[in-house]
Amino acid sequence: MAEKIAFDLVSPMRLLLSAQADMVTVPGTEGYMGVMAGHSPLVSTLRAGMIDVQIDGKDDRYFIRGGFAEISPTKITVLAEEAIPMTEMDLAVLDQRISDAQEDEIAAKSDTDRQKAAQLVDDLKLVRAAF
Amino acid sequence: MASVKEMRTRIGSVKSTQKITKALQMVAAAKLRRAQHAAEAARPYARGMANVIANLAVGVSGPSAPLLLAGTGSDKRHLVIVATSDRGLAGGFNSSIVRAAREKIAALIADGKDVKIITIGRKARDQLKRAYSTRYIESYEVGLKAPGFSVVKPIAQRVLDAYTNGEFDVVTLVYSSFKSVVTQTPRVQQLIPAQMEAGGGPAPFYDYEPDEDTILQALLPQNISVQILTAMLENQAGFFAAQMTAMDNATRNAGEMIKALTIQMNRTRQAQITKELIEIISGASAV
Repeated sequence: MAEKIAFDLVSPMRLLLSAQADMVTVPGTEGYMGVMAGHSPLVSTLRAGMIDVQIDGKDDRYFIRGGFAEISPTKITVLAEEAIPMTEMDLAVLDQRISDAQEDEIAAKSDTDRQKAAQLVDDLKLVRAAF
Repeated sequence: MASVKEMRTRIGSVKSTQKITKALQMVAAAKLRRAQHAAEAARPYARGMANVIANLAVGVSGPSAPLLLAGTGSDKRHLVIVATSDRGLAGGFNSSIVRAAREKIAALIADGKDVKIITIGRKARDQLKRAYSTRYIESYEVGLKAPGFSVVKPIAQRVLDAYTNGEFDVVTLVYSSFKSVVTQTPRVQQLIPAQMEAGGGPAPFYDYEPDEDTILQALLPQNISVQILTAMLENQAGFFAAQMTAMDNATRNAGEMIKALTIQMNRTRQAQITKELIEIISGASAV
């Protein structure tokens, strides 16, 4: 693989990863997408899910809880609301997130808030199923 | 002149004050490192978000632009959010933030604007609630833990609700930006309508997924939270830096005071001994 794409994964608390990647797979709102160098410029919202980063044939995986991705031909920046490396992740954390989201769904004041929380619960359950 | 005993008590009390300032300084130094790390770690996210919004804003500057970006078209009613720390003993840290806020508020009032105030941090509340009791709405505390989204969410939500209900036209945030351990400068920043930094060069032509409106609607409120969080993190780092410097000075001053008092005490004691000797000798020679 010749060309690499610069990849930054940042959460409000820290910069998790800044590297040259071969391919980055992100959970877009309208489906997972793999991003490689030369991708057309795109801004997308992300759902809760896994980010898969391929660097020199090795895979790194990160869990994110929603966010945004800004993609240009040479660079992809993921702004995650929360991001946890797979190595630091376990089911207990995930279950905690699911129950938090379920509480939000019940406590939501407006329809849009409730919809958002329900979506998050569904997404998190998908992640859990694949865990 | 004070007696030797009085002076000895005085030295004792200065010494115990010095112990306290010394301990506070060391605690501040330890916490500063963590706070500074957190403030710096949060910057890439804030910067990335500002970039995305700046790029998006180019495409949507029109009548259809969301309120948070374009504003309500008026600038009559202002909300000023003033963020300080909960605690004092940090030199002029809180006062300089409050002074910047007062200047901003006074300028707005002089222009005939309607100003309301929300404070974050006990110090801002104490100083501003008294001065502007009619304009003051609500206060939040920083709390003991490091600021995180859980602290910021309710504040951001409150501001957003008020804005969507049309209570305000412009929202401004006053906090202290952390430049280095020795310099923290108060900063007045406009939150809503979002302020764009002049972008360098033409923005690339982006595609949007799902679409621009949806993205902006999710991004802009998030941006408010992020900016408030950034302000609180910078405040936290600045506060500990200011406290460390202030306590370092206090410790040094106490040291000097102890030195001066000890010299004075020794002199007094020596004078007393000399006086007694003279009395004994002159008494003996009189016999």
